[in-house]
Amino acid sequence: MSEQPILEVKNLKQYFKVSRKFTVKAVDGISFKIMPGQTYGLVGESGSGKSTTGRSIIRLYKPTDGEVIFNGKNISGQMTKEELKLLRTKMQMIFQDPMACLNPRRKVMDIIAEGLDIHKEYKTEQEREQKVYDMLELVGLSKEHANRYPHQFSGGQRQRIGIARALVMRPQLVIADEAISALDVSIQAQVVNLMKKIQKKTNTAYLFIAHDLSMVKYISDHIGVLHLGHLVETGTTDEIFNNPIHPYTKSLLSAIPEPNPRVEKTRKSQSYDYETSGIDYHKGTEHHVEGTHYVLATDEEFAQWTK
Amino acid sequence: MTQSEALKKYQFQPEDFQLAQHRDALEVDQVMPARPAWKDSINLFLRNKGAVIGIICIVIITLFAIFAPMLSSWKYDDINTSIQNISPCAQHWFGTDTLGRDLWVRLWQGTRISLFVAVAAILIDVVIGVTYGMISGYFGGKVDSVMQRIQEVINSIPTLVVLTILLMVMKSNLFTIIMALAFTEWIGMSRITRAQVLKTKEEEFVLASRTLGAGSFFIIFKEILPNIYSQMIIMVMMSIPNAIFYEAYLSFVGLGLPIPEASLGTLINDGFNTLTITPYQMTIPVIVFSILMLSFNLVGDGLRDALDPTMKEM
Ligand SMILES: Nc1ncnc2c1ncn2[C@@H]1O[C@H](COP(=O)(O)OP(=O)(O)OP(=O)(O)O)[C@@H](O)[C@H]1O
Ligand SMILES: [Mg+2]
Repeated sequence: MSEQPILEVKNLKQYFKVSRKFTVKAVDGISFKIMPGQTYGLVGESGSGKSTTGRSIIRLYKPTDGEVIFNGKNISGQMTKEELKLLRTKMQMIFQDPMACLNPRRKVMDIIAEGLDIHKEYKTEQEREQKVYDMLELVGLSKEHANRYPHQFSGGQRQRIGIARALVMRPQLVIADEAISALDVSIQAQVVNLMKKIQKKTNTAYLFIAHDLSMVKYISDHIGVLHLGHLVETGTTDEIFNNPIHPYTKSLLSAIPEPNPRVEKTRKSQSYDYETSGIDYHKGTEHHVEGTHYVLATDEEFAQWTK
Repeated sequence: MTQSEALKKYQFQPEDFQLAQHRDALEVDQVMPARPAWKDSINLFLRNKGAVIGIICIVIITLFAIFAPMLSSWKYDDINTSIQNISPCAQHWFGTDTLGRDLWVRLWQGTRISLFVAVAAILIDVVIGVTYGMISGYFGGKVDSVMQRIQEVINSIPTLVVLTILLMVMKSNLFTIIMALAFTEWIGMSRITRAQVLKTKEEEFVLASRTLGAGSFFIIFKEILPNIYSQMIIMVMMSIPNAIFYEAYLSFVGLGLPIPEASLGTLINDGFNTLTITPYQMTIPVIVFSILMLSFNLVGDGLRDALDPTMKEM
């Protein structure tokens, strides 16, 4: 592929100074790329640094170290006005909690049009309204909904409003931080299908953050497995699912329930404990498995795992 | 069968996620009328009997305080030594005081002043307190630490000491009393504001605004303030009786308004001096004072329950 990646993360680090002596290394040197129109799934257990990664990329936090290159522009340091505008319009985020991500005091119309208002992306009131109505239709709501308040919607509908708010800016990259975790399963499928449909239409790239591998498999082209702030394994969805190398990835895969009850009965989930496994992520380097499949390991570990 | 083999067998297909037949109906649900949250709050408030009685009392007392002195044929500072200490009668409904001033007029004049002092003081401390708390909470970090230390120092001096010293040093008139009250009351307001701002600014909808490129000004006025104003209103309602009380207290200990001005505090103080001879001179202002205090507290409680049920423990 000669195409330029829409997002390139190089050795991103995000530390939080909790007290004078203690620093949390939430994200500790991760690198990956996302191509235009593709979906990158970021998975890992709770506390592995998924949200922090998303938030450093979109600059809700200032990255401690490393580079984030969006659309060919470095957005991890001081930004020029144009770069900031590019970041704030062309990269958007969908949030985890549909109950908390919409301002309860504003009407849906104003919530969705917020980005348009801030960046003055319309000439007339009608144009603003029309853009919001188009978005509502795209996410499967009707234009009468525009005058309601968030508390008058169900969780799934609110999540759609959150999606509409992000998409009205015509972003090139959307970071979806557990965008479906808070929804019940049937609605999850609705929202994921909606996101896929929109992706086909607009060629938006997604960074899809989740702790649940099964949904990630369904939506992602590439997957990165994050653990304790390190990207332990990354590759295409097929590579990861068919040939998991890292014991942590294996344990995540083994945690997926089987659809076949007879198999499910004998399913053994593998446990993985970083403390006792003797693995040190800091010592590991990226080892190439095949294609785009990489794993973080030392030479011995790599030899042992791929035996 | 190993895990990976089993997984290979089960390929997720797009059809796995097809909507059931009537699911589309979900998307075009009934259109409810747009109904802002405050309408629900009003309903909740009106269901609270105590609060409704409270608000009626406040309205009645306020109306009397505004109109009674205008409509009466007497004036609150008319001294007439020929009609001293008359008990309530047809001409002087609440009697007259030791200097022969009509107590009906003086009572409502006093209520007017007390209410005015309280409301003015609270308005000033809302402006100071909200601004202070907002800056401290929103910008956080070093700004917050410094501002909090300053506030703690001011707060560690007991209110009454501050009030007494201020009024002994300065000439006591309406303006100084208002300033003195505002000076001591704003801290509570700024605390509540700061706490609310700290909580609200981490909410996802504020983060969403930031990812859309909203500036501080937009976030403060469009995102944070509309979500904390109910706490402000509750706080105001709770502070007004406080201010009325402190004003009355100051007058009662003789630091209040100069003669011949009247406030509920000065009236109670004057009546107290002759309590055993003319009990009505003190009883009536005390009753009005109590009703007013009680009403504001009831309304404050009702508002709290209606606007923010989570604050019940406060
Ligand atoms: N603002 C912060 N200050 C200090 N530590 C933080 C901060 N934000 C996150 N952390 C720490 O960083 C680590 C990663 O947090 P993060 O929220 O990225 O996890 P996550 O992978 O998104 O988990 P979850 O699946 O539960 O959302 C955690 O240990 C957390 O305690
Ligand atoms: Mg998270």
